[in-house]
Amino acid sequence: MKLVTAIIKPHMLDEVKSALEAFGIEGMTVSEASGFGRQRGHTEVYRGAEYTVDLVPKIRIEVLVDDADADDITDVLVKSARTGRIGDGKVWISNVEDIVRVRTGERGLDAI
Amino acid sequence: MTVMEVNSGDTAWILTSAALVLLMTPGLALFYGGMVRARTVLNMMMMSFGALCLVAVTWVLYGYSIAFGNDVVGGLFGNPFEELGLKGMMKDTGAGLPPMAFVAFQAVFAIITVALISGAIADRAKFGTWMVFALIWSTVVYFPVAHWVFDFTMTDDNGTVSHVGGWIANNLKAIDFAGGTAVHINAGAAGLALALVLGKRIGWKRDPMRPHNLPLVMIGAGLLWFGWFGFNAGSAVAADNTAAVVFVNTLTATGAAALGWLLIERIRDKHATSLGAASGVVAGLVAITPSCSSVSPLGAIILGFLAGIFCALAVGLKWKLGFDDSLDVVGVHLIGGFWGTIAVGIFADADAPAGVTGILGGSFDQIWRQLVGAVAVLIYSFLLAYAIGWVLERTMGFRVSRDDELTGIDETEHAESAYDFGSISGGLRASFARSPEVDAGVAHDQEVSA
Repeated sequence: MKLVTAIIKPHMLDEVKSALEAFGIEGMTVSEASGFGRQRGHTEVYRGAEYTVDLVPKIRIEVLVDDADADDITDVLVKSARTGRIGDGKVWISNVEDIVRVRTGERGLDAI
Repeated sequence: MTVMEVNSGDTAWILTSAALVLLMTPGLALFYGGMVRARTVLNMMMMSFGALCLVAVTWVLYGYSIAFGNDVVGGLFGNPFEELGLKGMMKDTGAGLPPMAFVAFQAVFAIITVALISGAIADRAKFGTWMVFALIWSTVVYFPVAHWVFDFTMTDDNGTVSHVGGWIANNLKAIDFAGGTAVHINAGAAGLALALVLGKRIGWKRDPMRPHNLPLVMIGAGLLWFGWFGFNAGSAVAADNTAAVVFVNTLTATGAAALGWLLIERIRDKHATSLGAASGVVAGLVAITPSCSSVSPLGAIILGFLAGIFCALAVGLKWKLGFDDSLDVVGVHLIGGFWGTIAVGIFADADAPAGVTGILGGSFDQIWRQLVGAVAVLIYSFLLAYAIGWVLERTMGFRVSRDDELTGIDETEHAESAYDFGSISGGLRASFARSPEVDAGVAHDQEVSA
């Protein structure tokens, strides 16, 4: 089992969510995040003062998947989240030891 | 001497104006409160409310007497004992406007002037010390300066002087209709002094420190504009033609100033912001305050538009000069008040109620009077505010500790938080947000048991 985590631009959330639903995922977790990558934030001017915004607002998406689906779902995420401009985000895949569904106590693949 | 009756029209308008001007201080609390960060909004609003409550008391005790008592020496201040506790002022004298109506109207001016200063020291002042500052500053600066500017010498029917007023109004004959010098330059200069005494906030220039709630700022600006009709048109001290002219000038100069401010922002920062619109409104109101009786409505448009431009540029000065005038009391009130006061000498139209002529009308007589009045108030207020602040910082302590400043002074000064939306806090976000040292304090225990 894998955990696919994506950091995307906030305004791409609807598009990414639709693409994941179309693919047929069982569930996802979305949270608000902020951070920076190679672009190192940006400068803004407000009330005549220039300052650096180094933590840019992002959306974090987490999806638990079967090993076999991990690459496909990663592709769906990357394609749907891409605008081609700086700050599009990242997607990574990590191994998951076990999963438990709280309500039933089901474990492993049954809990996805 | 004929026996006169109370003029009900004038009395109704002045009492209404007093209520309008009173609302400006809660309006200012919203305007300032929205501009600070979420963890200091209550303290910001409390500084305005604290000034309101305090001066409402001291004005009756001795403030009115210092401002409007018979002059004691050289037009500098009135006799504090003459109307101490407003003694003898309740009986019906048969005057067209009951003296108490004037007492009420002038009280709310004293209140808002003190409250205006607080914007310069956002996020970092001890509330108790602020209250002591407000008490001393209003006593030794505002009340005397109100005497200089607002207390007119009066003569009775026989031509004998029945009341001796202050020097700016009577000797210098500078025109300050509703308080460009006494209120705005006065508060702006004091704000600058306190910003220098208290120093910059932690993270100044590094952190954006953007407003946490712009709708509050917009509501505050709206209430200020609304109340300002009482401030300016009420300063006619009658429900008459002057009040009506002043009302229109107050409307139009303010709109023009906000347009000027937004234009500068659009050019300089690429965006016209709501904070800019709100600030432009206040800049226009400030600038038309001294000049509203002496310019035409067309003059008011030009004067206001330039006020918006000047103040929008002036708020950038603090970054270059390096003082943390947090909410631009200097950029808006000192600069706007100064411009409005000087502008009387430029734009004054002989047809306007004040009946004086400015440079554009070919007269250079008024502008130097305006300049002397403005500079005198600026220097007096700055020096005394600096001295009072300096002494308080070294005795009571004016600035909060580093830990308190980082925690947020709503928690450390008032044991409250403005917004408690967190689902894990159960109304006790206060204790979660605190540093361990603060947690050990008494306020925390009380809060938990409550």
